[in-house]
Amino acid sequence: MNLLLVLPIFLPLVSAAILLLIPSAKLQRWIHIAACLAHFAASALLLCEVLRKGITASQLGNWPAPFGITFVADTFSAMMVLITGLMGFLVAIYSLDDVSSEHQKRGFYSLYQVLLMGVSGAFLTGDLFNLFVWFEVMLMSSFVLLALGCSRHQLSGGVKYLVLNFLSSSLFLTALGLIYSVTGTLNMADAANILKSSPLGISSMSAAMLLMVSFGIKAGLFPLFAWLPASYHTPPVSVSAIFAALLTKVGVYALVRVFTLIFTIQVDFTHDILIGISLITMLTGVLGAAAQYETRKILSFHIISQIGYMTLGLGFFTEAALAATVFYIIHHIVVKTNLFLIAGAISKLKGTAELKKIGGLYAESPWLALLFLIPAMSLGGIPPLSGFFAKFALVKEGVSLHAWLSVFVALAVGILTLYSMTKIWAEAFWKASPNENGDFGLGDAPDPTPTSSTTPSLPSLPASFWAAITAMAAVTLAISSWPQWLFDLSERAAAELSTPSHYIQAVLHSKQ
Amino acid sequence: MENLLAITIGAIYAFSFYLLLRRSLVKVILGVLLFGQGVNLLIFTAAGLTPDRGAFLKEDGSLQPPYADPLPQALILTAIVIGFGVLAFTLAMMHRLHRETGTDDLDELRSDEFDDPDKPAP
Repeated sequence: MNLLLVLPIFLPLVSAAILLLIPSAKLQRWIHIAACLAHFAASALLLCEVLRKGITASQLGNWPAPFGITFVADTFSAMMVLITGLMGFLVAIYSLDDVSSEHQKRGFYSLYQVLLMGVSGAFLTGDLFNLFVWFEVMLMSSFVLLALGCSRHQLSGGVKYLVLNFLSSSLFLTALGLIYSVTGTLNMADAANILKSSPLGISSMSAAMLLMVSFGIKAGLFPLFAWLPASYHTPPVSVSAIFAALLTKVGVYALVRVFTLIFTIQVDFTHDILIGISLITMLTGVLGAAAQYETRKILSFHIISQIGYMTLGLGFFTEAALAATVFYIIHHIVVKTNLFLIAGAISKLKGTAELKKIGGLYAESPWLALLFLIPAMSLGGIPPLSGFFAKFALVKEGVSLHAWLSVFVALAVGILTLYSMTKIWAEAFWKASPNENGDFGLGDAPDPTPTSSTTPSLPSLPASFWAAITAMAAVTLAISSWPQWLFDLSERAAAELSTPSHYIQAVLHSKQ
Repeated sequence: MENLLAITIGAIYAFSFYLLLRRSLVKVILGVLLFGQGVNLLIFTAAGLTPDRGAFLKEDGSLQPPYADPLPQALILTAIVIGFGVLAFTLAMMHRLHRETGTDDLDELRSDEFDDPDKPAP
């Protein structure tokens, strides 16, 4: 058994248990950071191992291949675990000064570790039912993280989050029942092996569609994304940042895994549906963002529209398009998390995240403005930043497939994304602070006791905020400067995804 | 037997979807509860019914086919445990929500969705 495969799951589990037992708040913080760093290191080692040895698989409990629970890492899942570790670590640094002591007392740190465990488990498992269990681990901790503090907004956002995600899990289970009735196995490689020869029957096709709906809810695809913008702006910023980084991407990962490995027979049906859904998702997300005036709400809608780009690459289903998808996911996680953290910094400075009530940040905090520009321009796809390469790879593949509608929508959504980013830029950073010139934009009555009228005594940001935001901007700049490096990795991942026989071989013939 | 169970499962799915779409939070919880049970029944049925058969080894270690498949039962058991956890959390959260807002009508919860979340609750 390969220890590296279970370390990214085992380490957060142990640290969550330790964190529950430690009473001292100060000690908890250090363990929290150390645990996230260890998780990051373990995931880096795992990627090195996979790059050296190819697809790595292990069977737990000494059962032979299709019967035991399989853990398997190919390049794609190892990359996802690595980016989970990196984001987990950076957001953990940010959370030190962001999360209230009330949250810390109620187990924020343990829940955070359990979330990392669930996400890593979902990326590494090779068994469909086990994937369901990891989904639930991840969801349970995210439910509690979302509701921790119990404000009205958190609760009413939490209800939507809970009910829709429960629905998604139940549909997933239904699909599992159908797959089991057809193939008699829930091991992904084994099921793929059995389903690859004949066209999908009624049961397996229903299972495919149910999985698409179920993972689509988790990924935030049209039309079942309502839970996302209703809940992501309510918890503390660190929580919504780590949600934005990981949760929807687990849904995308599951979609990619299932629709490159198991259901690849009737591509012209299943993957065409995916293309259609992706295009509508991109459009609705970006148009929803245009109507919002709260920073984290704008960003939440942008998660949805960006998810559309990722699944569009899956819908094209060529090796180059899959490589673009992988590249897009990695780029997007870094950029979006950073934007959420910056939105948190803005509300920390100004006391509110409502764009109409803030302004003048460019004069007050030029460094923050610069750090905002890097991920914002990258999200909009401005060369030479990482988002440009991601969009370029996807659009290039669309052109070579003559998918003109997809190309047009992808480019139009890119422009609209830029519009939203300039909106935040103009409103929060560039325009004068509304309290200085008495101009309230939409003619709201001036607040009798304005919170930010005393600009000289502006609260400064804690060092941990700067560290996390700068580090993420540095990652974006590194991807932008040496995109070839990430592209090589993505192409390797895509090559593995488009020849599932290697994956099946690795799982079914692995030693225990 | 399969047909009867299939119809039952279909009816449970239909009822629970109807309940999930209601405005009242209590009915939504009931929908959640019912849906979980329907899914368990579906896994049980889809895996194939083997009445009067055990999944146990005989004393001499042999296993006579057709024997019951133990895997779906293990899956259902896991699903029941997870569903129970989710339900417990849902109930606690709905209770808290009702105490905070004084309503169990989902439409009334929408009105404050567009407010500034940084503002203290009224």
